[in-house]
Amino acid sequence: MNFDLTEERQMLRDTLRRYLSDKYTTKVRNDILDSDSGMSGAIWGELAELGVIGALFTEDEGGFGGQGFDISVVFEELGRAGVVEPFLDTGILGGRLISGLGGDSQKGMIEEIIAGTLHLAFAHTEPTSRYDLSRVETTVSDGKITGRKAVVVNAEAADCLIVSARESGSTDDLQGISLFLVDSDAPGLTLRGYPLLAGGRAAEVTLDNTPATRLGAAGAAFPTIEAAVAHAHVALSAEAFGAMTTATDLTREYLVTRQQFGRPIGTFQALQHRVADMLIELEQARSAVINAAGHLGAPARIRDLECAAARNLVGRVGRLVAEEAIQMHGGIAMTREYELAHIAKRIVMTDHRFGDTDYHLERFIDLSAAA
Amino acid sequence: MDLNYSEEELAFRDEVRAFLDEKLPKEISEKVRRGEELTKGDMERWHAILNARGWLAPNWPVEYGGCAWNAVQKHIFDVESSYANAPRIIPFGLSMLAPVLMKFGSQAQKDHYLPRILDGTDWWCQGYSEPGAGSDLASLKTRAVRDGDHYIVNGQKTWTTLGQYADWIFCLVRTDPDVKQQEGISFLLIDMNTPGIEVRPIILLDGVHEVNEVFFDNVRVPVDNLVGEENKGWTYAKYLLTHERTNIAGVGSSQAGLDTVKRMARAEMQGGRPLIANPHFAARLASVEIDLKAMATTNLRVIAQTAAGGAPGLEASMLKVKGTILRQEINDLARRAAGPYAMPFPSEAVEGDNDPIGPDYAAKTAPQYFNNRKLSIFGGSNEIQRGIIAKVSLGGAK
Ligand SMILES: Cc1cc2nc3c(=O)[nH]c(=O)nc-3n(C[C@H](O)[C@H](O)[C@H](O)COP(=O)(O)OP(=O)(O)OC[C@H]3O[C@@H](n4cnc5c(N)ncnc54)[C@H](O)[C@@H]3O)c2cc1C
Repeated sequence: MNFDLTEERQMLRDTLRRYLSDKYTTKVRNDILDSDSGMSGAIWGELAELGVIGALFTEDEGGFGGQGFDISVVFEELGRAGVVEPFLDTGILGGRLISGLGGDSQKGMIEEIIAGTLHLAFAHTEPTSRYDLSRVETTVSDGKITGRKAVVVNAEAADCLIVSARESGSTDDLQGISLFLVDSDAPGLTLRGYPLLAGGRAAEVTLDNTPATRLGAAGAAFPTIEAAVAHAHVALSAEAFGAMTTATDLTREYLVTRQQFGRPIGTFQALQHRVADMLIELEQARSAVINAAGHLGAPARIRDLECAAARNLVGRVGRLVAEEAIQMHGGIAMTREYELAHIAKRIVMTDHRFGDTDYHLERFIDLSAAA
Repeated sequence: MDLNYSEEELAFRDEVRAFLDEKLPKEISEKVRRGEELTKGDMERWHAILNARGWLAPNWPVEYGGCAWNAVQKHIFDVESSYANAPRIIPFGLSMLAPVLMKFGSQAQKDHYLPRILDGTDWWCQGYSEPGAGSDLASLKTRAVRDGDHYIVNGQKTWTTLGQYADWIFCLVRTDPDVKQQEGISFLLIDMNTPGIEVRPIILLDGVHEVNEVFFDNVRVPVDNLVGEENKGWTYAKYLLTHERTNIAGVGSSQAGLDTVKRMARAEMQGGRPLIANPHFAARLASVEIDLKAMATTNLRVIAQTAAGGAPGLEASMLKVKGTILRQEINDLARRAAGPYAMPFPSEAVEGDNDPIGPDYAAKTAPQYFNNRKLSIFGGSNEIQRGIIAKVSLGGAK
């Protein structure tokens, strides 16, 4: 066993941390949150240049990483800084789906993703599917798609949407789902965009006889969707963990500086014990992320079990850390301008992407029982 | 003991229901139901409707315009109003300042201010907290120096809820810096239109302009606006804190909130069944409901006891802590129930007159979850309340 990061990953982490702490300040980020596009193209380009996206792909794919620990290193740093740019959507979800199902003509897209010149969005969840991955009602006939997709993150910026549709079977079947590429200017495609509470943007997507190009064989996309979402679970867990370290650091700093009753509030034992609990749980979260990242290449059941464990644990600890950090700061943490306010929202809202803690608890139970 | 409502209580409940049904404007209750921000006009309108009926100030003595309700009636009114999605009553004038004026104010102050609080002429805000004085309120620094028949006030208040609408602010100010902190504080009424006052907005983490900073630069306040005696302000402020426990537990709001969560959980489908049938979600829901049932009774017991002249004791602190935990837990359940549709941050600009983005119950769940973190911070933080409980119950244990 060895719990050290490779030298390359350490370098990547240090580079990223330095860049983000210099460039991605609270002020810069809050301006991004208020902007119409909800992201900074300049910062996206610079991070791509630093290798943030390349690290998410294997050498075969044209990148220099692509393993679970590459993903966790990158997303932990993005999480620490509260980055709102859609690396998950373009890099992880888009990247995994194209890499998993794309033909030779589509593999060229990966080069563009890594270069930071192509944006993607995964239009999968539907208005009534919540977190059920196999619930797809969108239909396809003669290569044209009709249906509605819900809360599609990064849809407006995407050059191309990856849309799931059902070719056969009933609404919840695992079989019969295909993925399609839909150009952003395709006829019959309508987006209703809006900002997200924790930053970034999404859209309700309507497709009405919209021409599309299928990725891979008909009706066989589900395993690739699950694999892509597993990568997203590692990324989301790592990101939330990174944000939790920031929340904890901010709280520690605040407790030793904020004075009430003539002394730093960190001298009150009532708060000291709670910081201690946060730190204990934070270490648990760190380990849960490591467990999931380390099993990303394992057979699907093991991989998904570890991912469910991480998402459940990180979700629980995330709520504790976000709420305790706000509480121990008092009023100041309630103000939008303060770093913790954004960080707390990033942590808690992670719970709403690809399953909350209860969903993952159930997944874990089902997958353990299937052993 | 009798846990059932009496005939009279049931009749009262029907009366309240009928009133709400008839008088609560639909456009206002719709906003409350969806968790939308109310305008100043909305809040004033609801106050005026209640006042017309004589129900605006249940805790005031009848001679001042109160309504002589007993504990159970207050509870019924609270619960029914919450279920009907009535706006909350803005407490600053009605339940914070008024009791202090009644007890410590001059006759002239009572005659002047109390009717204006009732009829909505004056909107009050509370100027206690300062950047350096939160939990440690007695360390406040805003200075008031006597100059003939005026005080000259300099300093800053913060977190002033709805101060942007206020005509008046009641402030704790330091009038004697040379004595023990608590002994140099006075209670001052300040007209927000006096030159030298500046109000700056603070936007909260859910994007709402709810609180403000208020700056005082050589603000001249007539000595007549002092409540009670100079340097006795801390006593009055403490009286307010112990006196003011109406609705501290928020039982009505929790019950209505829980009802909404159930409605959501019946509509949301996950894994082929309604969320309410999901054992994990159902367990969360049930635990909160069990707690809430007990707390409703605790709340009634406490109100009944204090109404009968019993000592307020620690119960106010207990109700504050438990009540806010439950309300926050319900906000968390609502956010969970909303699923992916908790993520959008819809605004008037996005939705306008169009359909809501997701189900209409989903939009405000996450913003409310974050906004209501304030419940355990303000009004004496839950840590401060626990400190009080422990200190009193452990007595001399040092
Ligand atoms: C939304 C909102 C609205 C508000 N509205 C108003 C208003 O209208 N008027 C007004 O005057 N004020 C208002 N307040 C201010 C509120 O009363 C203060 O936020 C509160 O008193 C806490 O003070 P603080 O924020 O400075 O936190 P601090 O006092 O700095 O506390 C920070 C943390 O330390 C803890 N702590 C402090 N002392 C101790 C101790 N001795 N033992 C253990 N833990 C301790 C606290 O519990 C908290 O967790 C509002 C606040 C908010 C958030």
